[in-house]
Amino acid sequence: MTIQEKQQAVIEEFSIFEDWLDKYAYLIELGKELPLIDEKYKTNQFLISGCQSRVWMHAELKDGKMIITADSDAVITKGIVSLLTRVFSGFSPDEILEADFVFLNTIGLKDHLSPTRANGLQSMMKQIKLYAKVFQLKSNKKSE
Amino acid sequence: MSLNIGQLRKDFPILARKVNGKRLVYFDNAATTQKPVQVIERIKHYYTEENSNVHRGVHHLSQLATDKYEHARQFVASYIHAGSAKEIIFTRGTTESVNVVASLFQHLIGAGDEVLITAMEHHSNLVPWQQLCRQQQAVLKVVPINEKGELDMTALKNMITSKTRMFALAHVSNVLGTINPVGEAVKLARKKNIPVLVDGAQAVAHLPVDVTGLDCDFYAFSAHKAYGPMGIGVLYGKEEWLKKLPPYQFGGEMVDQVSFSETTFNNLPYKFEAGTPNVSGVLGMEAALKYIEEKGIGNVRDHEDELLDFATRKLSKTEGIKIIGEAREKTAVLSFVVNGVHPYDLGTLLDQMGVAVRTGYHCAQPVVESFGLTGTVRASFGIYNTLEEVDVFVDALKKSIALLK
Repeated sequence: MTIQEKQQAVIEEFSIFEDWLDKYAYLIELGKELPLIDEKYKTNQFLISGCQSRVWMHAELKDGKMIITADSDAVITKGIVSLLTRVFSGFSPDEILEADFVFLNTIGLKDHLSPTRANGLQSMMKQIKLYAKVFQLKSNKKSE
Repeated sequence: MSLNIGQLRKDFPILARKVNGKRLVYFDNAATTQKPVQVIERIKHYYTEENSNVHRGVHHLSQLATDKYEHARQFVASYIHAGSAKEIIFTRGTTESVNVVASLFQHLIGAGDEVLITAMEHHSNLVPWQQLCRQQQAVLKVVPINEKGELDMTALKNMITSKTRMFALAHVSNVLGTINPVGEAVKLARKKNIPVLVDGAQAVAHLPVDVTGLDCDFYAFSAHKAYGPMGIGVLYGKEEWLKKLPPYQFGGEMVDQVSFSETTFNNLPYKFEAGTPNVSGVLGMEAALKYIEEKGIGNVRDHEDELLDFATRKLSKTEGIKIIGEAREKTAVLSFVVNGVHPYDLGTLLDQMGVAVRTGYHCAQPVVESFGLTGTVRASFGIYNTLEEVDVFVDALKKSIALLK
């Protein structure tokens, strides 16, 4: 599956819920199912600024694919984090840098998230792209 | 006389709107209050009928605007029981008022001197003093609070020394709702001749404010937390201080005579008001304070105490909830945490149910952290809130907790 197809899958998953409450309940369930990140990465170094709740994110490159892990101390944020990692983890830095980030709008959650949280989302997305950029630069250097 | 809340709510157009398809329950009054039509119409009237620059023109409108503006200053002075209108400086709000005093005190604070604040201060009454102390190599001392969120008066007594140059404290804590015994604190400071600045941001809409009675040297507040417009506020300063302190911004109405080699400055209060002032803001603030006066601050206090007591009792009965801030003297603010639930998750779900609360540090990180927390949920009340809204809030809260646990 491409990033686009994965986003589509999330959109379809959420389309069965009509009520906001069910959407949130599902998001909360997703959040509760994680620990996504190795405890050793839950430090200030991996903290993303711009979120009211704390979000830690770590990424590494394995066989040319970015493996993203993350966690949050707020469970709704954790649910969003789990969607993000599901969509973006396992793709190459090039694919991630080219991808459009649309699914949270379409599943009808972005409107429901407060601006500060939406900003946090922006920060999370920015962080994923930043990791991708760094990996891309590093691998370009190697191949030179 | 008690307030007719149903009638009074009609003065606030925004309360009729829906949020996320639900009727709005606005419990974020400590962040900013909603505005009554009396204030909205006053600003509209100014721009429709009276707009002109003040203190300048000989023409009719300029004189009209000047009269209204200065009349508003007198009203504000009498509202907070200042000695005279000269003691009322208009600023952008509480934060600017505190910053003005902190920067004016630069020359009066030297290496090794001490500035006292309390452990419950909002960043706006903390950071200006911290930075001033850093710059002047002075020492910032923090008067502790007890586990209920009350100021430790014994500690305060011991902390006021011959080195103290300023004592800055909140009238009401924006996180804990604690009403500080400001009058008593001023008496202690007065014995050692130490000036006192009171951050009244959370007090003006909820308590009678009498700066002469309190005998404080400075008192700061914002209009927008008292049903007035944003971007306008007050710095009250005792005339003897304001006369003594130098101007801090230059240009506009604050000058008297100007040549290329020299400038003499205008009298109080103009000395501290450089540039064209926020006239519509000042008139809106006057309308807001008149609104409170008309309703009676005693009635407002009674009503908000009833809301606070009712909400406190309901939350106390809810499992897993811990109220943060249990001072005997408290007003209009109810902070709490829920065991095992992040405040932000609660705030998000409450919002879905139309209930507006604030979550996080509330711009007072040290006091929240002193309770071992990274945030609280804060419900804060205003004149238009009702007991039914408290019911809606508590039901929504229970529903949210069930979903999150």
